[in-house]
Amino acid sequence: MTDPSRSFRSLRAEAIVLRHSDYGEADRLLTLYTREQGKVRAVAKGARKIASRKAGHLEPFTHVKLQLAKGRDLFIVTQAETINAFMPLRDNLTQTGRAAYVIELFDRFIPDEETANPSLFRLLAETLSRLASETVPWLALRFYEMRLLDFLGFRPQLFECANCQNEIKAEPQFFSASLGGAVCPRCGQGLPGLWPISVDALKHLRHFQRSGFREASRARPAEQTRKEIESIMQGYFTYLLERELNTPGFIKRVNAALSAQSN
Amino acid sequence: MLLPEPILNLINALERLPGIGPKSASRLAFYFLRADESLSSELAEALTGLKAKIAYCSECFNITEAGRELCDVCANPKRDGSIICVLEDALDVLALERTAAYQGRYHVLQGVLNPIEGIGPDDIKIRPLIDRVARGGIREVILATNPSMEGDTTAMYLQQQLRASGVNVTRLARGLPMGGDLEYADQNTLLRALQGRQQMD
Repeated sequence: MTDPSRSFRSLRAEAIVLRHSDYGEADRLLTLYTREQGKVRAVAKGARKIASRKAGHLEPFTHVKLQLAKGRDLFIVTQAETINAFMPLRDNLTQTGRAAYVIELFDRFIPDEETANPSLFRLLAETLSRLASETVPWLALRFYEMRLLDFLGFRPQLFECANCQNEIKAEPQFFSASLGGAVCPRCGQGLPGLWPISVDALKHLRHFQRSGFREASRARPAEQTRKEIESIMQGYFTYLLERELNTPGFIKRVNAALSAQSN
Repeated sequence: MLLPEPILNLINALERLPGIGPKSASRLAFYFLRADESLSSELAEALTGLKAKIAYCSECFNITEAGRELCDVCANPKRDGSIICVLEDALDVLALERTAAYQGRYHVLQGVLNPIEGIGPDDIKIRPLIDRVARGGIREVILATNPSMEGDTTAMYLQQQLRASGVNVTRLARGLPMGGDLEYADQNTLLRALQGRQQMD
C-alpha cells in the first residue's frame, strides 16, 4: 500500500488517446497519456457498441477529460468528454499520417507506468494542436522530435564534437547516432557509422534545439535541407529504438500508391 | 497438482484462445470431462479441417465454402452487381445482410489500414477492389468501413484511389445512434449529424 495510486478508487484525468484496440466482447483497450498519471492503460466498457456514450470521445489523437476508476490491474473509463478532437487531423491522409507519426514516436519511447510529466503532456497536446492548425506542419514535427529527445535524455550534442568535445565550426560535419551528436570532420575520418550533415541542416537543428516554437517556426529551410534533416532524425530514432518506426513507411507506401495512380 | 496428460493438452489448447485464461481453460476442460460424449465429438468435428472447408470468394473476399468460386451474394443473379459495399471483415457482411435492405454486392477488405501498426494498402484486399472497379460496370462504391481513425484512414485512401475511375464513391452516413443521447454525443458525431440533417416530410 505504498503506491499512492492505489489509495484512491477513482480519479479525474486529462488525457490524449494514443491507441485503441478491441478487447473482449464489445470493449476497447486504450493506451492513454494522462497529465496526472503518465501513460496508462484503460478499458472502455462497451465502446464498440453503436450507442456507446464514450466511443466517440475515445478515438486516437483525441484530447479528452476522463473519469477513471481503478480496476484490478487496468483503469476503467467511466466518463469521457472531448476537450479537443483535433478534427483537421482526421480530414485527410497526410494529416492523419503526421498525427500517427507523433503518436507512434511517443508510444514507443514513453514506457508504461511512467510517473506524471505535465510538460511532456503539454508537448504532445501542443504538437497535435499545431498540426491541426496546419500552419507549419513540417516545423511542428521537427520541433516535437527535438523536444521529445530532450525529455528522453537523448538530446543530441550539436555545439561540440560528440567525440573530441571541441567546438563545432561552420563547415560540413558528420552526425553520429551512437555518439548522439555532431562529429567534427577531423574525428569523422576514422569513425564508422557516420552520416554527413551539411552546415545548413546543422544550423537548423541547433535552432530547433534552443528556440521556443515561435522562433523555430519562422525558419524556412530549403527543400533539400528539410529532406536531410528528416532523414537524419529518422535515422537517429531508428537507432535509439533499435527498430524501424511503422508510420514513415506507411506514409511512403500510401504516397507511392497515390502518385502511381495519378500518373 | 498433477493432471493426466490428455486433460493438460486440452487445457493448454483452450488457453490459447482469446479471452481465455488458465482458470477458464481448466473449467472448460473439466466441463467436457463431465458432459456428454456428443458435446466433445461434435465440437471436434466442427473444428477438424475448419480452415480447409472455408475459402474466400474470388470476387469479394467474403468467406464461403471451399470448392466454390463465389460466395452466396456474388453468385446470386438478383443482386445488383453495379453497387459495391466495402467492408472491413466478413462479420460486417452479416450485419448489413440483417437489414435486408441492401441489394448490391460486397467487397471484404479483410482488415483496415493502420499507420501506427504499419498495416499498409498491400496488406489488405485493396488492389482487387481497384481492379474490380476498373473492369467496369460499377456505378457506386459505398465505403462502409468503421467510423474510427483506422476506418476513416482506409476510406480516405480508397476515395483517392478510386477517384480516377470516375465511379460514384459514397461513405456511410455518420450520426446519432438509435437510443442515443445528445448530451453524450461527441463533437465529431454531432457535427456530422448536423451537416447531414434531413428534411422531414
